[in-house]
Amino acid sequence: MTKSELISRLAERFPQLLAKDAELVVKIILDAMAKSLARGERIEIRGFGSFDLNYRPSRVGRNPKSGEKVHVPEKYVPHFKAGKKMRELIDSSHKQHGLFDQATG
Amino acid sequence: MALTKAELTDLLFENIGLNKREAKEIVECFYEEMRTALQNGDGVKLSGFGNFQLRTKPQRPGRNPKTGEEIPISARRVVTFHASQKLKSMVEANYRGESNIN
Repeated sequence: MTKSELISRLAERFPQLLAKDAELVVKIILDAMAKSLARGERIEIRGFGSFDLNYRPSRVGRNPKSGEKVHVPEKYVPHFKAGKKMRELIDSSHKQHGLFDQATG
Repeated sequence: MALTKAELTDLLFENIGLNKREAKEIVECFYEEMRTALQNGDGVKLSGFGNFQLRTKPQRPGRNPKTGEEIPISARRVVTFHASQKLKSMVEANYRGESNIN
């Protein structure tokens, strides 16, 4: 599913929402999430999961083309952890599928 | 302080002509639609933010850390998130004090 498909799904489910507003909804939510992480603030969405920042210490890397050593500064990278409900739903729908696949050979 | 559905609901209420109840429902739906896609085995790609993908993991040996007893960790399917280059750059730039996020 892409961003535009997500926008269409929301527009379908909320007929009172103008098409351009469905687009705006997605933009506002994603912008707020990105800004929150950029500020170093975590995100907690019940039933979905949480986004945090993980620390990466500085290291000496290599330019894969030239083999030259380069200093990579310390940084933070975004990290997602699925919530309990998400984990359970993802795994159980897969298991049902797996049994079905086996049954049909 | 963490960003939650409540703050997102307020943002939609303030910026789009929706009442609080509608704004709350839309925020719920936003995450529900993504979860449904993932549940159906479909990855989610949000350009500028990142991609959610599914991985199936085979059974592997594990241990009860308290008792030391060996127990298998069953095969499972999990979600992984890969932040886009844009999001990673935003986080790094801000950490180095190179950007102003209002």
